[in-house]
Amino acid sequence: MGIRVDLDKCTGCGDCVQSCPFGVIEIVEGKAHISEHCTLCGTCLDVCSYGAISIETAHEAAATDDNHQGIWVFAETRNGNLKSVDYELLARGRELANTLKAELSAVCFGYQISDVEQLIAHGADKVYLIDDPALANHQEDLYLSQFTRLIKEHKPEIVIAGATALGRSFIPRVAAILKTGLTADCTDLEVDTEKRLLLQTRPTFGGNIMATIVCQAKRPQMATVRPRVFKKKAPDNERMGQIIKVDFNKEGVTSRTRLLNFVENLTERVKIEDADIIISGGRGLGKAENFHLMEELAAVMGAAVGSSRAAVDEGWIPYSHQVGQTGKTVCPRLYIACGISGAVQHLAGMQTSDTIVAINNDPNAPIFEVATYGIVGDLFEVVPLLIEKLRDNLL
Amino acid sequence: MDIIVCLKQVPGTTQVKIDPQTNTLVRQGIKNITNPFDTYALEAAIRLKEQYGGKVTAISMGPPQADEMLREAISLGADEAILLSDRAFAGADTLATSYTLARAITKIEKYDLIICGRQTIDGDTGQVGPELAEMLSLPFVAYVSKIEEINNGQMRVQRMIEEGYEVIEAPLPAVISVVKEINVPRLPSLRGITRAKSAVIPAWGAKELDADQDRVGLAGSATRVIKIFFPQRGKRAEILQGSPQSQVASLVTKLRENGLI
Amino acid sequence: MEYFLSEQQKTIRSLARKIAEERILPVRAELDEKEEFPWAIIRDLAASDMFRVFIPEEYDGLGGGCLDLCLVVEELSRVCSSVAISYAAVDLGIIPLLEYGTEEQKRKYLPDVAAGKRLAAFAITEPMAGSDASAIRTTAERVKGGYLLNGTKQFITNGGEAELYTVIALTDKTRGARGASALLVEKDTPGFSFGKKERKLGIRASSTRELIFQNCFVPEENIIGREGMGFIVTMRLFDKSRPGIGAQAVGLAQGALEAATDYARERVQFGHPIFSLQAVQHMLADMVIQVEAARALVYATARTVDSGAKDVSGESAMAKVFASDMAMKVTTDAVQILGGAGYMRDYPVEKMMRDAKITQIYEGTNQILRNVIAIELRKRKGRRD
Repeated sequence: MGIRVDLDKCTGCGDCVQSCPFGVIEIVEGKAHISEHCTLCGTCLDVCSYGAISIETAHEAAATDDNHQGIWVFAETRNGNLKSVDYELLARGRELANTLKAELSAVCFGYQISDVEQLIAHGADKVYLIDDPALANHQEDLYLSQFTRLIKEHKPEIVIAGATALGRSFIPRVAAILKTGLTADCTDLEVDTEKRLLLQTRPTFGGNIMATIVCQAKRPQMATVRPRVFKKKAPDNERMGQIIKVDFNKEGVTSRTRLLNFVENLTERVKIEDADIIISGGRGLGKAENFHLMEELAAVMGAAVGSSRAAVDEGWIPYSHQVGQTGKTVCPRLYIACGISGAVQHLAGMQTSDTIVAINNDPNAPIFEVATYGIVGDLFEVVPLLIEKLRDNLL
Repeated sequence: MDIIVCLKQVPGTTQVKIDPQTNTLVRQGIKNITNPFDTYALEAAIRLKEQYGGKVTAISMGPPQADEMLREAISLGADEAILLSDRAFAGADTLATSYTLARAITKIEKYDLIICGRQTIDGDTGQVGPELAEMLSLPFVAYVSKIEEINNGQMRVQRMIEEGYEVIEAPLPAVISVVKEINVPRLPSLRGITRAKSAVIPAWGAKELDADQDRVGLAGSATRVIKIFFPQRGKRAEILQGSPQSQVASLVTKLRENGLI
Repeated sequence: MEYFLSEQQKTIRSLARKIAEERILPVRAELDEKEEFPWAIIRDLAASDMFRVFIPEEYDGLGGGCLDLCLVVEELSRVCSSVAISYAAVDLGIIPLLEYGTEEQKRKYLPDVAAGKRLAAFAITEPMAGSDASAIRTTAERVKGGYLLNGTKQFITNGGEAELYTVIALTDKTRGARGASALLVEKDTPGFSFGKKERKLGIRASSTRELIFQNCFVPEENIIGREGMGFIVTMRLFDKSRPGIGAQAVGLAQGALEAATDYARERVQFGHPIFSLQAVQHMLADMVIQVEAARALVYATARTVDSGAKDVSGESAMAKVFASDMAMKVTTDAVQILGGAGYMRDYPVEKMMRDAKITQIYEGTNQILRNVIAIELRKRKGRRD
């Protein structure tokens, strides 16, 4: 264990016990005892007035390799189209670049990609573009070799990518090759201008705790961000930037995995990630059949149907509808939560929605803490009334 | 077909509660469980063994009490289990964790497939699978929802992406991470539980793994947690008053005022 | 309460509970509603080795006894009595084989039953022979190489779903009760068919059907014991199986007790949880007293059976009667505590109350069993060993 209590200095005052967010410290025979569950978060170090707690680390040092410069955003494409997450990352990347007085570059792979200049309109100073038939199928082995090569060549100090199926799969491999740190699913990114550190904040323990993480010594500092966490900005088509076409480097590069087929999922009418309005149901619905209420309301409003993890765990609705830390992160204009108490794990996936309406019979439900409007009442009474009222309005 | 499954013991976070007085996790009464996503990985491995023969080895990096989880894996059908436990492993981020697992897998030597869960429910990163693959220089497929066939040293799998699923072929040995959709894990059997009770589960430390001390645990971690805090909640909702009828009426008015409907 | 269970028994109990809570609980209302035989759960039970519990080790079992069986039945019944009885009926179907079967018969059938590949059932009841079992009319006529079965069995648990049936039929009509024999009949034997599935008050997911025999040929090697031993086999069987019905009743009552306690703690009336009302407290106290007393009697009886004691008719009957009367009362009270909600199908207690009724009826009505108990009492002049 890397954490130590100096028993000579420890007075058994218990301040550390109070401070520990994980509750793993107890006072045993007048001294602090830290259990195996310690995550080495360091909170107790700061509160200990006697300097009795220390964490042994090998490198507190600053970046070992400080000739890295600039912020990179990995701009994902599919079938030649840029993804919405690309613009979201550029919006935040631009702000970080301005703070650090650094250059913002987008790296874009694919085949016959349209609207590449939009990356500049959304904030990039430079675009490294590899447009090659070999990249048409988004094969990760090829992405991996090209991206790693570019990073080694241009040495960015920060690399941000979308936490998509592709990003969550191949970005960690890039980090492993570069032997650098990577923080997954960040919900906030800031920078420490003095140390040029990327402050990466993400939920952990099922969203019950937020952790701010840094990568002190290794470069680049890498992070993935869930789609819809940051808001994209309006494009500025006057912005100037440079598109650098890079050749696909075929040398010694073959994909070991081979794409044989792609089957599109047509079952979801409106995908919740793309929906402007989401009607979400939770445990309060009581059983699977009651989800029809959600569907009815969704139909009237042109909305998608979401759910809490509880409802998915009960098997009332497929996982693809789950909103939350272990489901999808959504950011619609309107989110209506029905019979959802608002466990932190759920809030993590929807609290950035523009307007949140909560309908719940428990006035103390945490969902009311994040909601814009709340109705304390029986959803089986309220929702049908709402459906009726909206129908009348449409007529 | 020799398969290695990577497991992690995690607190059952769906039951995690925060003590509002002290702002700490209430650990009392929280049972340690096998990371739910890893149970699908184990089930997938056992089914492959049943279909193609071979051996399933469960490995886990964790404190000594992870032994009980590995015994459960044996009761479900794993043939062997190895615990990677050493005080030097504490505080590992995904980079150091995948290095440690890679050392163990290299030591095991004989394997055709390594299966991980898509992510853990405590860390939620999903990074160990792909990082492990890279450290072993093996092909990697994430989010596998079905293993269609294994034949002639090749596997054909379905892999979930946002738009649907891909059918991917890759040579073995390889690393895959699996999603919930892949199977319904079985329950333990009484004979399995008996076998698990007497199973010998070796514990390998940094020395047994011949691991570079600077690449394990906190020392080998590139990332560090510098701050822990509790999620900020926004200001409380405006609670709409009156009868259900008037509550609904004022909600519709407000939504219209804000241009939402 | 400390019942001094062995490590193995504790393992069996905790795994049975896990299966009940994880696999049965989510579907029990649906199974009841659809009156559908719980095959998926039977397969889970098989995969978890639950059918091995009551089978000797030499036939791929785990060598457990009556108490081991009772622990499983109780845990299953705590969540769903239909599943519990479908499981227990397999034991019922093979006890004659275990007690009187030849080595060859055991080798042929028991490993498959242990693996859960074949379910079993026992058949004695007929339209004209319920409590008066000696009134059976099904005949097994001696023919070359075996017997020809003719007649109809009624209300047979696991009927249609089991692969293996122990059937009591008359091989000699002139000798009355002494002319009955036990025969093993496999499903799909020509001349063996099933009547309609009965629609029941409770245990609705379990299968209850008629067995119809029309010149059904059963080979002579399928007789259990000797000709004329049919009723001895049956009496011995019930002596061993009745604690299992007691365990079913205890499990049911335990489930109802838990549901009622949870509800009483949560339901607020007059500004307080109804648990704070002494009227409710006393009902719950009486319930828990009765459940525990019945459990103690059932376990003690099961242990007596496992000890190899020769005559356990009285003890088995007492365990079954006491536990089933208790279950009826406790489940009824549980519905009462839940009030209007308890009467609705949204809560499990009305199902438990429906399920409880059968435990007072089958494997000997409680009235017949009181006769058995009285006979034993007279024999022993009220003294105890």
